[in-house]
Amino acid sequence: MSITSDAPAARPHPLPGGPPAADPDLARHLLRLGDDALVLGQRLCQWITRAPTIDEDLALSNIALDLIGHARALLTRAGRLDGTGRTEDDLAYGRTDREFTNVLLTELPNGDFAVTVARQLVYSHYAVLYYGSLAHCPDPDLAGFGARAAKEVAYHRLHADRWTVTLGRGTEESARRMRDGLERVWPYTAELFEEDEGLRRLAASGRVPSPAPLRETWLGRVTEVVTRAGLTVPGPAWSATGGRAGLHTEEFGPLIAELQSVRRQFPGGTW
Amino acid sequence: MSGTVPETPRRAADEVRERVAALPDPELPVIGLGDLGVVGTVAPADDGVLEVEITPTYLGCPALPEITAAVREVLTACGHPDGRVRQVLTLPWTTDRITPEGRRRLAAHGIAPPVSPAAGTPVTVGLGEVPCPHCGSRATRPHSDFGPSRCQSVLWCTACREPFPHLTAL
Repeated sequence: MSITSDAPAARPHPLPGGPPAADPDLARHLLRLGDDALVLGQRLCQWITRAPTIDEDLALSNIALDLIGHARALLTRAGRLDGTGRTEDDLAYGRTDREFTNVLLTELPNGDFAVTVARQLVYSHYAVLYYGSLAHCPDPDLAGFGARAAKEVAYHRLHADRWTVTLGRGTEESARRMRDGLERVWPYTAELFEEDEGLRRLAASGRVPSPAPLRETWLGRVTEVVTRAGLTVPGPAWSATGGRAGLHTEEFGPLIAELQSVRRQFPGGTW
Repeated sequence: MSGTVPETPRRAADEVRERVAALPDPELPVIGLGDLGVVGTVAPADDGVLEVEITPTYLGCPALPEITAAVREVLTACGHPDGRVRQVLTLPWTTDRITPEGRRRLAAHGIAPPVSPAAGTPVTVGLGEVPCPHCGSRATRPHSDFGPSRCQSVLWCTACREPFPHLTAL
């Protein structure tokens, strides 16, 4: 297990000594976006056979499928750009927990259905805005990905909006759970809009959009839905951070262990 | 290639495209890949190797590996064993790419084709917007936004009391 932040460099990769990192800033950014999608997709898969109705089972697993599709495109590109020549599978199944750079929001345990809905609400509103902006970036492949992914997450947003309002305006019990769900995920939303030097460099040169300026629009849209649900947006009490640096919550280890279990038991297996 | 097997004559790009377009979609076998609108250009790449462009419908579409394998088989059968399948994302797929013939075939097999052009933002269908593919009634209502495959939602016909899938406009 790696316990230091420079562990990735110590790990052997498929191309020893490989070509120099072609584009480390973009590689790191796409890896982060890909990890967000992969980890949230994996979390949502844990609802399969456990959702409140069969329609919700289908809805959450279909959303998970989309997210894993986004992760595949992003990780494939990241592996080509980071100079290691790693494939999407190498990145998903061959990294330790400290090498994952997803926001903590995506790895939070599912909680009850309302917690999952609250997380889908805040994530899908963010993803619609970010991928929608990415659709205008100068890289044609990345722009095409952004355009398509934005449409898909907009469909997830529709689902989250509807459930937020249904639960908020349902019974006293469902409203209480929805309120608790929003309280639970809210401190983890700030990390979605975090930027570091590498991302600022990319954004300054116009290669990818900057997430920070999207926060106000995001807050406005989420507030509109939460208000429609008869609830209020939680106040900013504290904010979680660390996921982008590979510092994860305690519940992350078991999630990744499950994700990687087949690869560990049957290394290199194909069927 | 070793010289022991007589080489299959190399078919023209147009003929390869026609055969790729006729392949059934693995998830919606009633419709060909061409009518679904996922087959792009079929032409030799810079190195002279024949390349087939495929635009995935949904980014996570689980049928992609099957589609890729089927296209490779066509390439080999057409004398292009070195041919390539290339996924393109630059012009993302929308349901507007489904041909009129594709829509007709979907409806004939009980899958309501998308009713509205794919807007920038997805909208779910309301009451009576999608005619029932079984009885033609417009007394239909949405049942679930997610259905048997990622591209389908489920509606319910109050006239013939049958649920039916609808290819969601996206």
